[in-house]
Amino acid sequence: MKLYEYESKEIALRYGIPVPRGRVASSPDEAQQVAGELGAVVLKAQVLVGGRGLAGGVRIAESPEEAYAIARDLLSSSIRGERVERLLVEERVCIGRELYLSLTLDRAARRLVYLISEMGGVEIEELARRYPEKIHRVYVDPVVGYTDYMAREALRVLNLPWSLLPEVAKIMGAMFRIAMDYDAELVEFNPLALTCDGRLVALDAKVIVDDNALFRRPELQRLYGRDMSDYERRARELGFSYVELDGDIGVICNGAGLTMATMDSILYFGGRPANFLDLGGGASSERVREAAKLMLTHPRVRVLLVNIFGGITRCDEVARGIVEATKEVGVSKPIVVRMLGTNEEEGRRILTEYGMQAFSEMDEAVRRAIEIARQISSAG
Amino acid sequence: MGILVNSLTRVVVQGITGREGSFHTKLMLEYGTRIVAGTSPGKGGTYVHGVPVYNSIYEAVGEQGPVDASVVFVPARFAPDAIYEAIDHGLRVIVVITEGIPLHDEVRFVNYARSRGVALVGPNCPGVITVGEAKLGIMPSHVFRRGYVGVVSRSGTLTYEIVRELTKRGYGVSTAVGIGGDPVTGLDFVDVYSMFLQDPETRAVVLIGEIGGDAEERFASYYSKLAQRKPVVAYVAGRTAPPGKRMGHAGAIISMGLGDYSSKRKALEGAGIPVAETPSQVPLLLEKVLER
Repeated sequence: MKLYEYESKEIALRYGIPVPRGRVASSPDEAQQVAGELGAVVLKAQVLVGGRGLAGGVRIAESPEEAYAIARDLLSSSIRGERVERLLVEERVCIGRELYLSLTLDRAARRLVYLISEMGGVEIEELARRYPEKIHRVYVDPVVGYTDYMAREALRVLNLPWSLLPEVAKIMGAMFRIAMDYDAELVEFNPLALTCDGRLVALDAKVIVDDNALFRRPELQRLYGRDMSDYERRARELGFSYVELDGDIGVICNGAGLTMATMDSILYFGGRPANFLDLGGGASSERVREAAKLMLTHPRVRVLLVNIFGGITRCDEVARGIVEATKEVGVSKPIVVRMLGTNEEEGRRILTEYGMQAFSEMDEAVRRAIEIARQISSAG
Repeated sequence: MGILVNSLTRVVVQGITGREGSFHTKLMLEYGTRIVAGTSPGKGGTYVHGVPVYNSIYEAVGEQGPVDASVVFVPARFAPDAIYEAIDHGLRVIVVITEGIPLHDEVRFVNYARSRGVALVGPNCPGVITVGEAKLGIMPSHVFRRGYVGVVSRSGTLTYEIVRELTKRGYGVSTAVGIGGDPVTGLDFVDVYSMFLQDPETRAVVLIGEIGGDAEERFASYYSKLAQRKPVVAYVAGRTAPPGKRMGHAGAIISMGLGDYSSKRKALEGAGIPVAETPSQVPLLLEKVLER
């Protein structure tokens, strides 16, 4: 789960990492008031999508009146589909150099790594693609954690004066403690600015916390789901993994890999999946019914494809869930079922009784779903 | 033969009294796995499907003699502790089925296991099956036939789907290893493949990857440098996955510019590993590489 910039900065500040003075504003009046206190300000849209700067979500105001006008503009806008509800209004900082510093997981090394670069202000994805040699890596042993040579290494890579060593050490030590205390999988300052008067200030901050650790972080658990679409949130509340896509074939499967493979096969045979919905293992008929209802009432879904490889999941439960959902929803969107494995025959019997059939082969079911989606699309 | 586990492997089930632990103990026993004990703190002295339950591995080993491997069904918040207990008691293979363990815990116990030479499989995996000998995990055994294809996968049900396609075309499996769907895993593709290289029974390997991370790319780079190899065929799931979204598995996410489908496919094909477009194509590609 991503935290907003202002939340990440509140955490940073609590750990002694310098950030620009500023406050959150959710109305033009508040923005004007903050600007009145700080002078020339930067107004930053608080959204979780990337590429905010390029999309016009960061603007400069020279006066409180200008801050009011910009805030009114930003607060009524969306950035790449995400509505802007809050702004972070901060003092303008005179920037000497823009640096990059983060702490994240290196999967190959199976440990945390500090990523350090002199080329801050560029998104790390772009930096990694274009100048991979400009990113220096310092690996962190999980038992040892942060230790001071790492700051000296960063100082050298960032070409900073020795006088800043205590500051760099403080920032890097704090980053490791934030990662542990918040179960964060990313703590990133980009840019970390070297100001015109030689101080280090985190101009932007991003913290991503590990969803698997939310059970022991109740203060973060409460925030879970706030950046999801309605369908996504409802699916997650029911305990499904769910991701929204933009096609017209609804997908319900069991297991993450099989769900992805089903979506990919839809694309391969010329169709477009509407979503990723993984029932997880051992879904009861009630859960299948809820998943099917969710998909059948989804405005973009023209046909529903259910692909089940029964192991812990039982085909008869799946069949019952599908039949119940169709009865309850009352709309007649076509459903293509492929089921195999545990209690397959009973599952087929239930479907046949209700006038539905089930395929055994995944490719055939996928092709059939695409064919139906095409027919509906050309008819209507 | 096969790798990691066989009919002689003496197994303890950690978390044997839970719903999943007890259910799968029954299925593993039916498959012929030598389960000599189970553990569940506070439930010592009871039995699950005839298997004696102990409060600790120390007690289990004291009464039943040495064990080689464990299967962990312990819930996420207690699983790291169970894993440390197994490592500290000298078990050589630890299969972690548990899903949802916090990342920083995983980093710690995975490093701990590797530094002691323990083969940790998972977490968040379907387990290991050496066909006809032993199953330490939750795979539906009926889809597997014994044969000479090694399978290594980041996924569960997708593995069953692909193994079924292999079986339909007459290919059997030596050992199938689910390395798990989390960002950090104990064994990775390279570890498992190098075991398959040593296994005289395995003649070819099917690798099932997915988006997220760079495990497939690392395997491709390792494979391209090998002097002696057994042929590999791959399938990678997640071509349609949007960046920044977690596709069910904690590890299946395209982030920091890493882990998309095209990068993996390019790396694998560049190393001479054919990549199937659909699960049903896997046996067809396998046929081709075996003809060479």
